Amino acid sequence: MKEKYKKSKMFWTGVALVITLFHLVPFYILITTALKATGDFSSKWVFPSELSFENFAAAWEQAGLGSAFVNTFIITGGAAVLLIILGSLAAYPLARINTRLNKFIYFVFIAIMVIPPLTALVPLYKLVVDIGMMNTHEIAILNNLAAFLPLTIFLYAGFIRSTIPKELEEAAKIDGAGILVTFFRIVFPLLKPVTATVLIISCVFIWNDYQFAIFFLQDKEVQTLTVALASFFGQNQNNLNLVASAAIMSMLPMTVLFLFLQKYFVAGLSSGSVKG
Amino acid sequence: MSEYVRESHQSVVQKKVKSNVHKPKKQKSLWWMYLPALLVVSLFIIYPFLNGIRVSFTDWNGFSQTRNYIGFEQYTRMLRDPDTWLVVKNTLLYGIGSTIFQNVIGLLYALLLNKSIRFKSFTRTIIYLPVIISPLVMGYIWYFFFAYQGGALNDAFTLFGLSPVNALGNPDLNPWIIVFVNTYQFVGIAMIIYLAGLQSISKDFYEAAQIDGASIFQQFKKITLPLLMPAITINMVLNVIGGLKLFDVIIALTGGGPGNASQSMSTFMYDLYFSRQDAGYAATQGVLMALIILVISLLALFYFKRKEVDA
Repeated sequence: MKEKYKKSKMFWTGVALVITLFHLVPFYILITTALKATGDFSSKWVFPSELSFENFAAAWEQAGLGSAFVNTFIITGGAAVLLIILGSLAAYPLARINTRLNKFIYFVFIAIMVIPPLTALVPLYKLVVDIGMMNTHEIAILNNLAAFLPLTIFLYAGFIRSTIPKELEEAAKIDGAGILVTFFRIVFPLLKPVTATVLIISCVFIWNDYQFAIFFLQDKEVQTLTVALASFFGQNQNNLNLVASAAIMSMLPMTVLFLFLQKYFVAGLSSGSVKG
Repeated sequence: MSEYVRESHQSVVQKKVKSNVHKPKKQKSLWWMYLPALLVVSLFIIYPFLNGIRVSFTDWNGFSQTRNYIGFEQYTRMLRDPDTWLVVKNTLLYGIGSTIFQNVIGLLYALLLNKSIRFKSFTRTIIYLPVIISPLVMGYIWYFFFAYQGGALNDAFTLFGLSPVNALGNPDLNPWIIVFVNTYQFVGIAMIIYLAGLQSISKDFYEAAQIDGASIFQQFKKITLPLLMPAITINMVLNVIGGLKLFDVIIALTGGGPGNASQSMSTFMYDLYFSRQDAGYAATQGVLMALIILVISLLALFYFKRKEVDA
């Protein structure tokens, strides 16, 4: 019996390893491509005999990755902070006070989740041009904020309803604290698990966003990583080694964060996926 | 400490009751707390969405100051346009195709990881990793694999004496490559949700079934699948919506080409607006896309919710 168990464990471990290897193939190709010198036309499957790190320096310089990192960081950070503040503030009365108005507004926020923001691309683009916000960090922040606010409110409201005891706030209110003070002193610190989820969702989806960025951030000074990478790819179709190096650098920070905080990433992204 | 809390809690309840007696309490909506969020969403989602419906009844080119209302002309044009049906077909393939693959493979992976094997967390990490990478970058990574010139696939083909294939330039093949890449990237989410579902099923069910002499297949059909229905619902709806909205991967791998062969509704709209200055028509396609996504996600939700109740 034990022998049989051992054999089956070995067999399924073997299956898992084959699957893992298959999933690693594209990353292996990416790395060998990035490490080969420009003139090296050897097979992509062969690890380079001589490692060349020049591609990285060249790609960093030519693709403008330095400023792209700064832009991506500002947009992701700005949107995340605003999502957390506006989202939790909005969720509080929607979760707590069941007036007819609040029920209706909550329904509106939930219904919006079904609309894919890009189906309204044409008028959105016109609006952005009309209010003169083309090629600004602010417009990227606002668009991402609008896209993720309904989900954020949904997550906060669910958490407030199910886990925050009402008595806490009522105690504070009677002590004479204003509603905002009550909210930020007492309720908000208890919302940490949702705040972490919102932070992870914005980190992954806003950091990686291309759909909004390509429409509204075309100037080189405001380009995010994805836009910079796409235009770099357009200029270097015959020099994939450079593109591969740029791709590695652009995904490195998120990959490292993921490997260290894997548990939080998986949990956060799964609770965000209830969105459907 | 806890006594103190209970005491203060009691007094709070008492005070509350008292104040309620004095003046009948009218609940305030505290609407100013959600006003900022509502403004942002109204300005950047609701208003453009409604305005998009209006633009779809015009011949606007996207930049001029004038536009004419032409009734349903763009809509009849859309129905007659063979490109519409090609693009809708692709969009459905991306939506439904990736949903089927992600769920079947995701469930198989979850069943594997639910067994006792070694290197479990390593396997899980590698399969999940692509989820956190930008879909655009993921598209480029697979481009290095499939590219006609200098791609890894053709490297291997020449090594074995086969002639190289132009996989990304083949209109019959490249929509499937896009489905494959999307599946590869997001199968980890389905896997994790199924794994959580599997781990919540009590072992007692299987033990009882074994005593009754049920085969492994019968156990899977009668115990595992019905109890996984909530996970299946979430995954189906999630993957359908994700697949129908596909944009980045297509731009990275094929740019929608050759011609419109691999275009999805999102990339087609982008093309109509920015390359062909056909804003009115792009808005009409946007309305169609919103309708298709709405109908399909509601259908999927109701269909699988009903299954949940049956099970």
